[in-house]
Amino acid sequence: MVKEIKNLKQFSKSAEKFEGAHLLCPGCAHGMIVREVLNAVDGPVVLGNSTGCLEVSTAVYPYTSWDVPWIHIGFENGSTAVAGAEAMYKALAKKGKYNGQKPKFVAFGGDGATYDIGFQWISGCFERGHDMTYICLDNEVYANTGGQRSGSTPIGASTSTTPAGKVSYGKKERKKDILFVMAAHGSPYVAQVAPNKWKDMNKKIKQAIDTQGPTFINAMSACTTEWRFDSNQTVEVSDLAVDSLVFPLFEIINGTEVKITYRPKNIVPVRDYLGAQGRFKHLFKPENEHIIEQFQKDVDARWEYLQRREEAKV
Amino acid sequence: MASAVELQEIEVWDGNMAASHALRQAQIDVVAAYPITPSTPIVQNYGSFVSNGYVDGEFVMVESEHAAMSACVGAAAAGGRVATATSSQGFALMVEVLYQASGMRLPIVLNLVNRALASPLNIHGDHSDMYLGRDAGWINLCTCNPQEAYDFNLMAFRIAEDMEVRIPTIVNQDGFLSSHTAQNVRPLSDEVAYKFIGDYQSKNSLLDFNKPATYGAQAEEDWHFEHKAQLHSALMHSSRVIEKVFGEFAKLTGRKYNLIETYDIEDAEVAVFALGTTVESARVAAKNARKRGIKAGVATIRSFRPFPYAELGNALKNLKAIAIMDKSLPAGAMGALFNEVGTSLYQVKDSKHPILSNYIYGLGERDLTQVDLENIFKELQENAQAGKLTHPTQQFIGLRGPKLSFC
Repeated sequence: MVKEIKNLKQFSKSAEKFEGAHLLCPGCAHGMIVREVLNAVDGPVVLGNSTGCLEVSTAVYPYTSWDVPWIHIGFENGSTAVAGAEAMYKALAKKGKYNGQKPKFVAFGGDGATYDIGFQWISGCFERGHDMTYICLDNEVYANTGGQRSGSTPIGASTSTTPAGKVSYGKKERKKDILFVMAAHGSPYVAQVAPNKWKDMNKKIKQAIDTQGPTFINAMSACTTEWRFDSNQTVEVSDLAVDSLVFPLFEIINGTEVKITYRPKNIVPVRDYLGAQGRFKHLFKPENEHIIEQFQKDVDARWEYLQRREEAKV
Repeated sequence: MASAVELQEIEVWDGNMAASHALRQAQIDVVAAYPITPSTPIVQNYGSFVSNGYVDGEFVMVESEHAAMSACVGAAAAGGRVATATSSQGFALMVEVLYQASGMRLPIVLNLVNRALASPLNIHGDHSDMYLGRDAGWINLCTCNPQEAYDFNLMAFRIAEDMEVRIPTIVNQDGFLSSHTAQNVRPLSDEVAYKFIGDYQSKNSLLDFNKPATYGAQAEEDWHFEHKAQLHSALMHSSRVIEKVFGEFAKLTGRKYNLIETYDIEDAEVAVFALGTTVESARVAAKNARKRGIKAGVATIRSFRPFPYAELGNALKNLKAIAIMDKSLPAGAMGALFNEVGTSLYQVKDSKHPILSNYIYGLGERDLTQVDLENIFKELQENAQAGKLTHPTQQFIGLRGPKLSFC
């Protein structure tokens, strides 16, 4: 059963399991998401972290920002580290060597660690049905290593390995549709969230963590450094992303049932979202305008598809 | 509660079955594995133990060897007994995580059934994979036959989990020659075996929520060096614990192992130094060489990491000529063992160094015959009598085509 979510007042009084002392960039959405995740968990939690911005910013020996058990192995295997810990919990509980409250098992990874290098490991964990939640901090770029393209980077974005230039408009390929890929594993719950839609996000995270089995959250994490916007604009840019439907908020139950959880009252044109970020600046040159049109078409088609899937209930 | 297995005083097991029973008797909490020849039967046998109620722990069949070691790391950090098995390419895929496991000082036990590395693809036994992981900060124990595969697995948990050590440990055995060769094995009863290994002692467990642990932090130039040096220091000192465990095992079973194992070396002038099943072949060849008037001996070591430099140097210093047998080829260099043995001898002060030669053999499990070994003893005798190397330093045995030698 999903418990009552905390209101803002309760949230502000919650015990801090993630210290404010960390090295994330000012304006980075990762911190907001992590705090909300930890506030959504009641009871003990074991966290895993793949190599990436969050990992390098929060556990720099001899310091740690984590007041919960936390493990990092490599770039690709944060999911499997958590799966291993979950297996150990099961073994010890079965043998009567662990008698405490059943812990929650949560893994964090960036989009590189999720869409690309770590995909096999996540897929394996989901196929085996470990009782864990995997949360992708999706900032659509390898932000930790200097802004290279990932499988999550949208078409048209200028990155350090797909820089816009005289003959290139930036990245040529579309973003991988990770949510449906994960749903296809038969996961009981996958959802897309954004930290600006706070209640929606908190509810979904709670649902994911409290659901038995492997669950997946794709959390949009606006990156002030690589998306190139001012560090006080994180929530505004995030609002544009969900209101333009570039990053629609929805969930998929038991691998098939699509539910849209947020419908913008006023849908914003995609160009407003793109225009707010330096990484898409070159698209507004006349020779690249067709990419903006293409982007809008893609977003419209996907929104149409989501609505039909929701209606069809299959 | 898992059911016990009634074992005969003597069981006919191959090396894989012997290892599987040792893992079963250790009552491991989590085994995470991925099948690969020739180690596959270890996890298959273990799977049947799970299916038939002889094992209580979790058995996680993951999607790759890299994931197997990743799950082992997560499980070990969560505070329980952990083991896996692999070979060759699978081990190569694991190597990244091997460093992470040792860096976190997690006492995982890995059965490495030694096999060649591609390409060309080859499923048979040589020691290339063992050398690939030699610098990963794991204890590396070497065995010669199924009995030893069994014994060393039991001891590996004691060594790895010792509170002074806490270092992951590999038990090596030769692919096919040990892993698939059935021999008489004298097992311990389940009860005696478990009592010898003991309960797992947890340290900084992820499941200790009163004292949250951070595993796998980053440490740049200000701390990385200290972490690595501590691991090295613990590894170098772990030989004391290895010897202690060897001693306790001998008291229990009468089977005495030593860091340096020698055969007829006391009065020998020449000796073959090898690892794995070759040691047993070399003993036979040495015995025959003695019949022909060659004062022949054999030597091996039980832990390749930590490498027992001082002990080995002292054991070999009075020989006139030594053949160092490398069942792998570190391309572009002398054999890995050759370099280590040479280094050991140069640790001995005020000693006339024996003449060393390096034989590369058995790659992809090319046969090494008694005739080959007898020829090696002959060459050693020639070196000893001449007081100098009469052949090239590095030679290849059993290689087709033009004779290949270097230096």
